[in-house]
Amino acid sequence: MAINKVYESFDKAIADMPDGAVILLGGFGGIAPVPQNLTLALHRKGVKDLTIVTNNAGIDGRIGLGNIGGRSYVDHEILVTDGQVKKFIGAVPASIIVSRPNAFEQLYREGKVELEIVPQGTLAERIRAGGAGIGAFYTPVGVGTEIAKGKEKKIINGKEMILEYGLRGDYAFIRAYKADTMGNLVYKGVMRTFNAVMVTAADIVVAEVDEIVEPGELDPEVIVTPGIFVDRIVETSKGEVK
Amino acid sequence: MKPRLERETIALRVAREFFDGAVVNLGGGIPTLSSNFVPEGRTVTFHSENGMLGFGPVEYDEDKQSVYMMNASAQLVQPGPGMCFFDHAMSFAMIRGGHVDIAVLGTFQVSEKGDLANWMIPERGIGVIGGGMDLAFCCKKVIVAMEHVTPKGEIKLYKKCTYPVTAPECVDLIVTDLAVIEVTKEGLLLKEIAPGWTVEEVQQFTEPELIVAEDLKEITL
Repeated sequence: MAINKVYESFDKAIADMPDGAVILLGGFGGIAPVPQNLTLALHRKGVKDLTIVTNNAGIDGRIGLGNIGGRSYVDHEILVTDGQVKKFIGAVPASIIVSRPNAFEQLYREGKVELEIVPQGTLAERIRAGGAGIGAFYTPVGVGTEIAKGKEKKIINGKEMILEYGLRGDYAFIRAYKADTMGNLVYKGVMRTFNAVMVTAADIVVAEVDEIVEPGELDPEVIVTPGIFVDRIVETSKGEVK
Repeated sequence: MKPRLERETIALRVAREFFDGAVVNLGGGIPTLSSNFVPEGRTVTFHSENGMLGFGPVEYDEDKQSVYMMNASAQLVQPGPGMCFFDHAMSFAMIRGGHVDIAVLGTFQVSEKGDLANWMIPERGIGVIGGGMDLAFCCKKVIVAMEHVTPKGEIKLYKKCTYPVTAPECVDLIVTDLAVIEVTKEGLLLKEIAPGWTVEEVQQFTEPELIVAEDLKEITL
C-alpha cells in the first residue's frame, strides 16, 4: 500500500495534541520559515501548559515587528498572549527592542511563564543531537557565563567546555516548500533554519507545505529532508496565511 | 558638542577590516551597515545565522524583495553569485567550527580584557542571547561596532563589565564614533581617534586607562 501522510486540514493534523505537550516550533522569525497555519490551528484548539522550543518567544505583529518588507505575519506570540504557553526554551525570549516588550516578557515578569534561555547554536545542536540519538555533547559556548551555571565542565584538547543535553519534542511543527505524499521535503531560500533540524527530533512531526506532489516528482538529488522523518503533511491553500 | 562619526562612518571603518576572502557575520544595528562598504577589489562572503552564505546587499526595491531572502536582522537581501542555503545546525557548525573569520557585533559594554556584555540589562530581568554568544566565543576575530557612550551619556568601556558577560576575553577590536581601540594583553590600545578629538577627551568617556599607540592617527576612511 502506498504511504500517504497527507491530512486535509491543519486542525485534523493536530487533533490529538494534548495539554502539556512539548512542541518544537520551526522557523526563526520572518515569513518564509514560520509554520503559521499550524500555529493558528494550535491557537484554535486552545491546548494549554505547552512547552515551546523555538528560536524566539514570539514577535508581536500588532506592533509592527512581525513585519518583513511591509508584509505582516502571524507567529506563536498569539499562543503566549492567550495563556497557552507554560515554558519557553530558546535563544530570544524578549523583544530585541527594549521599548517594545513582547507578551512573553510581560508574563515572565509576572511569574506566569518559565524560561530556559539557550544560545542559538547550542539550541540547534541540542535538537540535532536529540534527533540523532546523541544524549549530550560538550561545547565551549557559554563557559564563564551564566549559561554555564550548574553544568558539568570538562577540558577537551586544552579548552574548557560545558555539557549540553539533547532535546526532543512530543511534536514538531515545521514549514517546508514542497513535499511528496511520502513526506520527502524540499525548502526554499532561508526556509530551512530550525525546520530542517527539528524535523528529526519529535515523536510526531507535522509539516506545513506550499505544495504536495506525487512520489517521484521531487528530484531525489535535491530532497533535503528524507520522508521517514515526517508523519503528517498539510498543504496551504488559498485563503490561508501564506 | 563636537561632531562624532556617523553610524555609517563607523560601519565604513569596520569594513576596512574585512580582508580579501573573509567570511563575515554581521550583528544587528551598526554592524549590518558595514555590508555596504566592502573595500573595492576584495571578495567578502557574508554569513547569516539563519542559513545563508554569500548573499548581496539589502534589497530596498519592494518589487524585487523576496521573503525567502531574509538575513538574521530580518532585512530582505539580494542574491549573490555562489550563494547557498543551509539549516541552523549546519550554520552553527560553521560558527563553532571556526569557519567564520570575523563577527561584527553591537554591545552594551566591553571590558579592558575584551569581555563582551551584550545580552542582558540586569534591570530588565530578561535578555536576548540569539546567535551572539556562539559568534563571540567561536569566531576568529570579534569586532565591536558601537557608539562610544549610551544615548544617556553612560560609559560603555569598563575595567570590568557591570552587566552579565556574553563571552569573556573575546573582543579584538572596538570601533566607535570616537575611536578605534585594539584589545591587547596590556589593555586598551588607542590606535585611531575621531577628527577634532583629543586623547584626554576620549579618555573621559572610557573607564580603563587607554594606552596611546605610538603611531596614533586620525580615523581616515
